[in-house]
Amino acid sequence: MNNNKRNWQDEIIENEIPEGVSVLDLGCGNGDLLERLIRDKDIKAQGVELDTEAVFSCVERDVPVFQTNLDEGLRGFSDQSFDYVILEETLQTLHRPIEVLKEMLRVGKCGIVSFPNFGYWRVRFNLFSKGRMPVTDWLPYQWHNSPNIHLFTLQDFKNWANEAGVHIIKGYAFAGQKVKSLSPKDNLFAEEALLVVQKQK
Amino acid sequence: MTTLTPTPRIKKHVDPPDSPHSVGWTESKTICLFTDHNPFELELGGKISPVHVEYETYGKLSLNQDNVVLITHALSGDAHAAGWDKNAEDTGRNWRTRKPGWWDAVIGPGKAIDTNKYYVVCMNFLGSCYGTTGPSSIDPKTNKPYGLNFPMVTVGDWVRLQAKFLDALHIDSVHTVVGGSLGGQQVIEWAMAYPDRVENCIVLAATPRLSAQGLAFNAVGRNCIMNDPHFNNGDYYDGPPLSAGLAAARMLAHITYLSDDSMHKKFGRRLHEREEKERGFGIEFEVESYLDYQGRAFVARFDANSYLYITRAMDYYDAAARWGNGDLLKACQRIQSNLMIVSFESDWLYPPNECKDFAFALTKIGKTVTYVNIPSKFGHDAFLVETEQVGKLLKSVLK
Repeated sequence: MNNNKRNWQDEIIENEIPEGVSVLDLGCGNGDLLERLIRDKDIKAQGVELDTEAVFSCVERDVPVFQTNLDEGLRGFSDQSFDYVILEETLQTLHRPIEVLKEMLRVGKCGIVSFPNFGYWRVRFNLFSKGRMPVTDWLPYQWHNSPNIHLFTLQDFKNWANEAGVHIIKGYAFAGQKVKSLSPKDNLFAEEALLVVQKQK
Repeated sequence: MTTLTPTPRIKKHVDPPDSPHSVGWTESKTICLFTDHNPFELELGGKISPVHVEYETYGKLSLNQDNVVLITHALSGDAHAAGWDKNAEDTGRNWRTRKPGWWDAVIGPGKAIDTNKYYVVCMNFLGSCYGTTGPSSIDPKTNKPYGLNFPMVTVGDWVRLQAKFLDALHIDSVHTVVGGSLGGQQVIEWAMAYPDRVENCIVLAATPRLSAQGLAFNAVGRNCIMNDPHFNNGDYYDGPPLSAGLAAARMLAHITYLSDDSMHKKFGRRLHEREEKERGFGIEFEVESYLDYQGRAFVARFDANSYLYITRAMDYYDAAARWGNGDLLKACQRIQSNLMIVSFESDWLYPPNECKDFAFALTKIGKTVTYVNIPSKFGHDAFLVETEQVGKLLKSVLK
C-alpha cells in the first residue's frame, strides 16, 4: 500500500480518536496505527487481520490481533462493544462490503471508513479517453491483479449511507495533494475519502 | 512381526550439549509435595499421598521473581523439556541419550524462550510415568504398583499441583505459562484457576474441551490397551510386557498428530525395503514402518495405565463446565492474563475453527485477545514442528 495514502489517514484517525476509548481496527495490517494509539492515547485496542505476515508484525508490536477473514463477519464481537471501529482502505477489497459495513456499525458506536474514490476525475478521464481501467500512483494495479474488487465512488457510498440510515458525521478528502474537509464537489476532486459514520438512532 | 528398523525421519537441527544454545546437561529433581499427614485432595474426591513431582528448571530466578516461565507438557511428555539428560542411562531412560528434551528447539540460551533471561520450569503431571506419582508408582497401602487403583486425576488437579509446587518455591506469579495440545489445556486452566498469578498465557493447538472426534480417538486407544492379552486389569507390572495394545494406541494417536498432506509428503505410497510382488501382511509401506516404529518406541518408554488415566483427564476436561457452569463466556470472564491462542491450519485434533471459537469467546465478552492460525501441513504435530513460527510468537511475548 502507498505509504502517503495511509499516512494522511492515520494522522486524521489519531486526531479523531479521544483518549482511553476502545478501538477495533478491521484490516489492521502490521498494527502500526494501533501501536501508536495504544502509546499516545492509551486506548483498548483490538486488531483484525487476515495476512499471516501482518499478524506476526502485530504480535511483535504487542498489538492484540485476531487472525480472521472480515468477509466471515464479526460474529465474535458483541453489539456496540467498541467506541470506534476502523475500516481503513479495506472496504473495496472485500467480497461482501455491505455486510462488513453493517457489522462495523453493529459492533462499533462510531465507524471510520476510508477508500479510494473511483469518481475522481483522473480515473474518469483515463477510462473515458483511453477506454481502459485506470492505473495511477494511487491505483497502481492492473484490472486482473488488483485487490480492489468492488469499485465505487464517494457518491455511491453516500447513496448507500442514505438508504441504510447511516449518518456521515464528518468527512475528509485527499484532493490536490492536500487533506481537507469534505465538500460537495469531492466526488470529482477527491482521490481518497475518509468518513466518520454512525448509525442513525 | 518384522525387525525394528526405524524409518528415516526428517533430519531436525539439534543443539548438542556443548552448544552455546543448549541448556546443556540436565538433571531432573523430585520434590515431595504431599505426605500422609497432608495428602493431596483430588478434584473428583479422594486423597492421595505421597505425591512426588519430577521437575526440571533452566535459567536463573530473578531477585524479584518476575521471570518465571512455566511449560506445561502434553500427553506423552515429561519434565525434560530441554537439554540432555545427564542420568538417562542410570534411570533407564535410554531414549533420552539420542535426543534432547522435547521442546529443546525453543528453550535455551538465546532461543525463543531465552534461558539467559527467563527461569523456565517444567513439571511432569500426576498420573504420568516420568517421575511424578502415577499408576506405576508403589501404593503404600499394598506395597505394589497402584495400577487401576490409582485415583482418577484431572487437568484441574495437575494445575493445582503446579501452583502448589510454585508455592513451595515461594514463587507468587508467573510471567508466562505456555503449552501445546493437552499442555495447552493446562494453560487454559491456569488462566481461569489462577487469573491473578499469570501475566501471559499462550495456548498452542488446544481448546477448552476436546471434540467428539477427539473423544473417539482416545476411546480407541484405550480399547487397544485394555484388550491387550496381558493387560490383566491394569495389574501387569510383574507379568509379560504389555506391548501390542499400547503400540496400537500410539499408532492411532500418531495418525491423529499428522495430516493427510504431511503423510503424503513424508511417505506417499512408497514401499518399505521390498518389491511389490512380495505382497503379504507385514510392514510393507513406509507409512506402516513409521507407525510400527513409533508404536514400539512408545512401548519402551511409556506406561499403559498412565495412558488410560491421562487420556481420561483429557476427555473430561471442560473449562466451561469447570468455571462457568457450562457457559464458556462466563468462564472466560475469569481471565485476566494476556491470552494468545495459536492454531495450526491442518490440525484435526484441535481444529483451527474450534481454537478460533475459543478466541471469539474472549472478544464476545469485550476482552482483547491474540489469535493466530499458522499455515502448516504438519497437522497437530505442527505445534512442535513449526518451531520457527512458534518461536517468533513466543519471542514477542518473552522479549
